[in-house]
Amino acid sequence: MIDNPKAGMSLIVKTITRLIMGLILLFGIYIVLHGHLSPGGGFAGGMIIALSFVHLMLAFGKEAVTSKISKNLASNLESIGALMFLSIAAIGFFGGSFFLNILKKGEPFKLFSAGTIPLNNLAISLKVSVGLLAIFLALVILEGTKKEI
Amino acid sequence: MELHILLLFMIFAAIVAIEVKDLLSSVVAVGAVGFALCVAFLILKAPDLAITQLVVEILCLIILIRATINKDLPLVIEGRWIFNTVSTMVFIAAFLFFAYHALKELPAFGEPIMHLVKKYLEEGTTSTGAVNLVAAVILDFRAYDTLGEATVLFASVVGIMTVLRGRGRKRIEEKEK
Repeated sequence: MIDNPKAGMSLIVKTITRLIMGLILLFGIYIVLHGHLSPGGGFAGGMIIALSFVHLMLAFGKEAVTSKISKNLASNLESIGALMFLSIAAIGFFGGSFFLNILKKGEPFKLFSAGTIPLNNLAISLKVSVGLLAIFLALVILEGTKKEI
Repeated sequence: MELHILLLFMIFAAIVAIEVKDLLSSVVAVGAVGFALCVAFLILKAPDLAITQLVVEILCLIILIRATINKDLPLVIEGRWIFNTVSTMVFIAAFLFFAYHALKELPAFGEPIMHLVKKYLEEGTTSTGAVNLVAAVILDFRAYDTLGEATVLFASVVGIMTVLRGRGRKRIEEKEK
């Protein structure tokens, strides 16, 4: 599917995308995981992860992504992200109230610190990345069906 | 100083986006406004907002360019331009009048109105353990706001999936045939 020469853009764009797409994905994951230490966070990192897939779709044609992630799978994963966020909030009931940060705070400037904040960042990043990817997939699939009519 | 140059550039690009005839050029001008806003956030020392603005702007530009690149939509200019111009001028004058009186009451830049902010700035790192104070505020002190934001995003995704679904439309077409 990826080596189909007719779909997508030219050979130069495909080669550069092949080199750079993993780095974009890695940068998005870095932004998410270091959300409580450096600028960024769940929303921005999730958008970068979604943009890496959009980049892949623009360069190689839409089948490169739609064959792996269908619209329904993206929608289900987005709901899982929302439920993760709510359940992390509900963990606070063990300490007394909703959204209470009851996990260990840890030492500042370390990756494993700040209690529930990194977990919340993970949940929001899953929700945002897969949700925006689902919107883009829906728009792309709609464009395909319109041409058939 | 840099901020004023950026703001003038943004106003200029916004006027270009409205006035230019070609639709694709208009989208490019809108993108220029967004990226200038990103640099303005960087100058105002808000890197979190700058990253988010940059990424959202790129995704919006991709969707807008994909939507407009093959369509040559003609720009419709009808009559009544005297009424349109006069009403626009009246609204701009009213906005400037009220904005002048409202902005005079604001405190100076960098001095927050609410006293709660000082508590967040002093105790943020010790009470949550997060070094990034923005993350400490949006995911610990003000997590209810983030929950509302997540709900808005969820509702928008559900709405788009419902409007753009393929199955229901095909069944209706088969019934018509």
